[in-house]
Amino acid sequence: MKSNTLTRDAASPVILPPEKTLLDMLYYMKLTRELEFRIERKLYRQGKIVGGVYVGRGQEAIAVGSCVDLRRDDVVCPSHRDMGAYLIRGMSLRTILAQYMARKTGATRGKDGNMHMGDLSKGLIAFVSMLGDNVPVATGIALSFKTRGQDRVTLCFFGDGATSRGDWHEGINMASVFKVPVVFICNNNQYAYSTPLERQMAVENIADRAEAYGLPGEIVDGNDILAVWDAATRAIQRARAGGGPTLIECKTFRMTGHSAHDDAGYVPPELFEFWEERDPISRFERFLMDRGFIDKSGIDELQRRINHEIDEAIQIAEKDPFPEPEDCLKDVYY
Amino acid sequence: MPLTTYVEAIRQGIWEEMEKDERVFVLGEDVGIYGGAFKVTAGMLERFGEWRVIDTPISESGIVGTAIGAALMGMRPVAEMQFADFISCAFDQITNFAAKCRYRWGAGVPIVVRGPSGGGVHGGPFHSQNPEMYFVHTPGLKVVCPATAYDAKGLIKAAIRDPDPVIYFEHKFLYRRVKEELPSDDFVVPIGKAAIRRNGTDITVITYGAMIYIALEAAKELEKEGIDLHVLDLRSLLPFDNEAVLESVKKTNKVILLHEDTQIGGFAGELAAVISEQAFEYLDGPIRRITAPNTPVPYSPPLEEFFLPKVSDVVRVARELYAY
Repeated sequence: MKSNTLTRDAASPVILPPEKTLLDMLYYMKLTRELEFRIERKLYRQGKIVGGVYVGRGQEAIAVGSCVDLRRDDVVCPSHRDMGAYLIRGMSLRTILAQYMARKTGATRGKDGNMHMGDLSKGLIAFVSMLGDNVPVATGIALSFKTRGQDRVTLCFFGDGATSRGDWHEGINMASVFKVPVVFICNNNQYAYSTPLERQMAVENIADRAEAYGLPGEIVDGNDILAVWDAATRAIQRARAGGGPTLIECKTFRMTGHSAHDDAGYVPPELFEFWEERDPISRFERFLMDRGFIDKSGIDELQRRINHEIDEAIQIAEKDPFPEPEDCLKDVYY
Repeated sequence: MPLTTYVEAIRQGIWEEMEKDERVFVLGEDVGIYGGAFKVTAGMLERFGEWRVIDTPISESGIVGTAIGAALMGMRPVAEMQFADFISCAFDQITNFAAKCRYRWGAGVPIVVRGPSGGGVHGGPFHSQNPEMYFVHTPGLKVVCPATAYDAKGLIKAAIRDPDPVIYFEHKFLYRRVKEELPSDDFVVPIGKAAIRRNGTDITVITYGAMIYIALEAAKELEKEGIDLHVLDLRSLLPFDNEAVLESVKKTNKVILLHEDTQIGGFAGELAAVISEQAFEYLDGPIRRITAPNTPVPYSPPLEEFFLPKVSDVVRVARELYAY
């Protein structure tokens, strides 16, 4: 372990967020899980989603824990397993579902699919498939905050595989050289499609790479939402105060294949079993129940509410129109 | 009035936009304290400070990505590639991120990526390239190639004010060789408009960049033997001035397409197709191309001279076409 790489175990932080934040965390994690379940296991299999589907099952704590306390004027650059970021930033379920179902009412009006959603009014930057491209872009967003004297921050998400791309290294280096307010958050889910971590890198931790660029790197249990929240909160405060960027590595596991068509047969079953026991949602539910923030019936009620919200949104989105064929020609230029 | 060089015209254009609009800033390798490898940004650091004239690490992709992020937040970044050849390192950010944001999610990316292109200065394979066609083939970008000091200034201003990503190729051979009196008012050259450099009646030469001077010199020689060239400077390649192309062909009925870029997949091929589709009935002879051969740009003077299209090439082809 490198000297400036901090490690924390899965223990809850001493100072808890307020009750409302705790319950928001549970809501958004469960909403993410249910929404992606419907997308992957229902709509995709029913042929209602014609393109690729990439979900973040088992990784919900990372986007939710790090975005839940952001300000409205902060900016998020999500990657493809960060659905919680879109939900917390206020993208509607209908807009998201219409996006997946290629409707005109989707976030890209049918021009692009799945997680490739953006909305500047919500501080959401649309992801591109070239992994790690959003790292220099996030650096530029943060640079614009710094040069204009604004105390806004940018959160930038990526997976373990993206850290092998040159853009990742260029972006992290420049952010550190310019000392701009960006927090880099890695979903280290240990597989890039079928490629395991040891084929991706010869260092033990992604956070170890921070030392090479002169920024703090921190490792957290990505399946412990409070650990994610705690690390993100400190990094965000530091960035807002002019302390520069931080790299947070969230150790987690991808509980699915790369995409809906991938059965992940290359993953040893015992890994799934190991991580299933560390599921971020059931773990957090137990925590909240132990502390008396919610009881079993409250959780059931929350699930019913979520199911209802998603049912309603699916009904609307399914009736939404497809784009006109000629829309193909629109919006190349202003 | 003093004469303004092409390189000074670019500098003035950026400078004036920075004075007028605080969202405009420049970033790139050695643009600050050194004033840029070709001095395009000389004096800007002193005037505008280190956060508007930003020296960066050697990271072309990082530079363009950073510019994109700042542009999404409402800034107007002007990113320098120290040599246009190095834009290949930023290809992905330009073609996948910048070019597609508006189409995908309605977000404009008003960046300018500019840099010195072209040969004639013995720069060799990595300091002489004309990489415009990689970007002309990418919907969502705009591509301009000014040939005069007036256009250099007017087009950099138009590029900075444009709400979409503009790739601005300046020709390094022209930097200090081309100069003219510039008006003192705040003028722009609209992107997508060609300019007639010489009015003629016999053969149209459609070209851009440093090659307009080759065409004009050839025209002088051919004049002596009674061949009157019409020279059209495209100035912008994406979008290009389709109407001006057709008009110039209809005027002379014979056309030479001239560029310094290599032949296969060069802009001449696209123009030939457009002319053939839209003005075939007006042609009185074959569409002729004069381009660099399909090789890298070589270093040694006899090799580079062989590589670059020459006045004698234009004269020879024009004679053939005139006699056709």
